[in-house]
Amino acid sequence: MSSKVRKQRHEMPKQAPDMRISNFEEVALGYTPELAVAEATRCIGCPKKPCVSGCPVGVDIPEFIELIAEGDFLGAAKKIKEKNSLPAMCGRVCPQESQCEAVCTLGKKGDPVAIGALERFSSDYERAHGESLTEAAPSDLSLGKVAVIGSGPAGLTCAAELTKLGYKVVLFESLHATGGVLRYGIPEFRLPKAIVDEEVEYIRSQGVEIRLNVLVGTTVTVDELFEQGFDAMFLGTGAGLPYFLGVPGENLNGVYSANEFLTRANLMKAYRFPEYDTPIWVGRRVVVVGGGNVAMDSARTALRLGAERVSVVYRRSRTEMPARLEEVENAEEEGIEFMLLTNPVRILEDDKGWVKGMECIRMELGEPDDSGRRRPIPVSGSEFILDVDTVISAVGTNPNPLLIRTVSGLALGRRGNVIADEETGETNIPGIFAGGDIVTGSATVIAAMGAGKRAAHGIDEYIRTKNGRGM
Amino acid sequence: MYKILKKEILAPKIKLMEVDAPEICRHACPGQFIVLRMHEKGERIPLTIADSDRKTGLLTMVFQEVGKSTKELGALCEGDFIQDIVGPLGTPRDIEKLDCVVCVAGGVGVAPIYPEAKAYHQLGTRVISLIGAQTKDMLIFKDRMEKVSDEVYYSTDDGSFGHKGFVTEVLNDLLEKGLRPDEVIVIGPLPMMREASRVTGKFGVKTVVSLNAIMVDGTGMCGSCRVTVDGETKFSCVEGPAFDGHKVDYDELIARQKRFLAEEKLAMEHYLAGAGGCKCHQK
Ligand SMILES: Cc1cc2nc3c(=O)[nH]c(=O)nc-3n(C[C@H](O)[C@H](O)[C@H](O)COP(=O)(O)OP(=O)(O)OC[C@H]3O[C@@H](n4cnc5c(N)ncnc54)[C@H](O)[C@@H]3O)c2cc1C
Ligand SMILES: Cc1cc2nc3c(=O)[nH]c(=O)nc-3n(C[C@H](O)[C@H](O)[C@H](O)COP(=O)(O)OP(=O)(O)OC[C@H]3O[C@@H](n4cnc5c(N)ncnc54)[C@H](O)[C@@H]3O)c2cc1C
Ligand code: SF4
Ligand code: FES
Repeated sequence: MSSKVRKQRHEMPKQAPDMRISNFEEVALGYTPELAVAEATRCIGCPKKPCVSGCPVGVDIPEFIELIAEGDFLGAAKKIKEKNSLPAMCGRVCPQESQCEAVCTLGKKGDPVAIGALERFSSDYERAHGESLTEAAPSDLSLGKVAVIGSGPAGLTCAAELTKLGYKVVLFESLHATGGVLRYGIPEFRLPKAIVDEEVEYIRSQGVEIRLNVLVGTTVTVDELFEQGFDAMFLGTGAGLPYFLGVPGENLNGVYSANEFLTRANLMKAYRFPEYDTPIWVGRRVVVVGGGNVAMDSARTALRLGAERVSVVYRRSRTEMPARLEEVENAEEEGIEFMLLTNPVRILEDDKGWVKGMECIRMELGEPDDSGRRRPIPVSGSEFILDVDTVISAVGTNPNPLLIRTVSGLALGRRGNVIADEETGETNIPGIFAGGDIVTGSATVIAAMGAGKRAAHGIDEYIRTKNGRGM
Repeated sequence: MYKILKKEILAPKIKLMEVDAPEICRHACPGQFIVLRMHEKGERIPLTIADSDRKTGLLTMVFQEVGKSTKELGALCEGDFIQDIVGPLGTPRDIEKLDCVVCVAGGVGVAPIYPEAKAYHQLGTRVISLIGAQTKDMLIFKDRMEKVSDEVYYSTDDGSFGHKGFVTEVLNDLLEKGLRPDEVIVIGPLPMMREASRVTGKFGVKTVVSLNAIMVDGTGMCGSCRVTVDGETKFSCVEGPAFDGHKVDYDELIARQKRFLAEEKLAMEHYLAGAGGCKCHQK
């Protein structure tokens, strides 16, 4: 199948920028079968499979791409699912440019194979063409009972894997809906919620009991769960505590944390207010502070909610921006303005408690700091005022403290994260496992999934050993 | 789904509902609240746990119809369901036996103050309650409060019951006469909590207020509920809702309460244009 002629990468068709900024439908439309086959045939099937080593869960990339090239789309989907249970999501939200595609051989001289787009294509094809590959529900879930806390990607994956292994799982979620950041953070135009729903329905069909509106640690305590007969517990409670800017004026009307802004828009569907009850307010001129996915999502959501002008203020330069490349490009196409090497100093107030501007200062890059990135340093005297009425702060989140502070003796790291073994998810308390953003701080969907899956096996081993059945 | 087992109209626009929520009741403490969402398109609104019974699992909420969601909630009937309720949320009040506490409540604030008065009363603390309302018809929880208080003073804006004027005037009188409680608890509209704190400040009496910032999740995830207390930003859903009344930045909070005024008005118009209203007696 390998072709000697280097073909250009096939880009996914997208909604035109001027169209998409006035709706919340998905931006990327996905490959047609023809495009997928054409892109798949670009893969040269490297014997050393560098791409596989770039994938956090080790998907058999050249194998599934070859199946696509042969036209066996369902086979390709099945191949991916051997290693990745949520491919429709990962194809959409993984930072491929710093994972599999970063090490693709073709990338050395040209564009890497569009692995993410192909992953997305095959799983969408599978979803659309009924021949459901979903396995029959396991009949026996008697090996033990496990409480999985938090229904983000870490919890969902851990629950699915434990069920496969033969455990009865109860999944607890404090919000009224499952999915964690997949639901409340990542907007519909990047990850349609129907995909999250399907995934959740799948694990429900496998026998996982889902309990919404339960804030573990408060509605029910960890000790009570153990008393109720759970053999082990997985904490996948995420990094939900937002930082603020720490500048004067941050509590003015018109200043949101990205979490509030996105939760209103996504979880509560405020973009459909007043059909939905939750209000959201976006001014004429919006500034988003931050350079990650959260900042891009906030900026693009603000645009879709009717802002005239949206800028992203980021204190480092373009190369340091942690957002997925594709989303930065999408944001640019949509007309989001980037003000790099710029930092907020204070937010200015009108006479009624609302934002009327933001004072910023220019930055320059100095020596590398402990994150390895060059440290931004303010350029004195370079202050200037941005004429804005809405400020969205997307400068990061901390591990969610609500549950973990109720578990006495649980070992925590410096930033309040849970300390857990990378391979097994074990914490210092027997029977309590953890993974995802609660352990690593804000990371990625695929990393959270990987941690959930490994912890499921850690839990399996723990319960077997405890019950004297060994491995 | 949470079934409404009892509905009672306490005063014009003030309603009581009891729902079956055993898990929440098992852990509920005075000062805590729940967040509910009526249906798929509903918003998440916080309401204080006005009472909870560990044995029966019955959770009591009392609310005033002030906008779309509370009006729609008020139109639900016994036997109807509320889709989502999560709780108990917020930091439980640290209640220990004291010599004397004064509970100052304004309007619907009587309901949330009741569990605190009750807890103090059960510990043998002398409880003096000051209850204010616009008019006699709007006084609620009278019997309940009298049962858990050693003394009760009333005030109405129009003088139809008790002192004519604000409840904070009654508070001022008592303090001027030399009453020095260990703690004054104030729950009511923000201007009233601000005024009560100003009054107690003059006498150096410890004051706890319960803030009603606009919330979304109620679990510390969004920061919508942030308030400034003693110069620091606090998330009132997890670090509160009770705070030292002398340290709250009321002006900021009053401004923040108005963040969605235009939208709230629109929501109400939208609701009234559809078929709103109580259907309890149409069945
Ligand atoms: C706006 C945004 C955009 C992002 N974009 C991307 C992207 O494009 N690509 C990418 O790879 N990553 C992205 N990320 C990061 C990624 O979403 C997270 O790393 C990932 O979701 C972490 O998964 P998790 O399961 O650990 O936690 P979460 O997804 O945070 O889920 C935790 C869940 O636990 C629940 N919970 C918390 N405490 C309790 C409790 N006590 N009891 C019960 N339930 C509880 C929470 O309500 C939540 O539902 C983005 C993040 C955000 C915020
Ligand atoms: C911790 C806490 C406990 C509360 N306990 C009670 C109670 O026991 N009884 C009671 O009657 N009321 C209580 N409230 C207030 C109640 O939540 C609001 O009245 C209700 O949300 C208004 O919704 P609405 O749609 O009817 O009115 P809207 O028209 O939407 O709003 C009317 C006013 O209510 C406030 N409000 C609006 N949305 C919210 C929200 N999501 N969260 C908080 N405030 C909001 C705003 O100040 C607004 O101007 C409490 C609030 C908090 C924060
Ligand atoms: S590195 Fe690129 S070309 Fe090589 S096998 Fe992987 S996807 Fe194909
Ligand atoms: S309501 Fe969201 S943090 Fe308090």
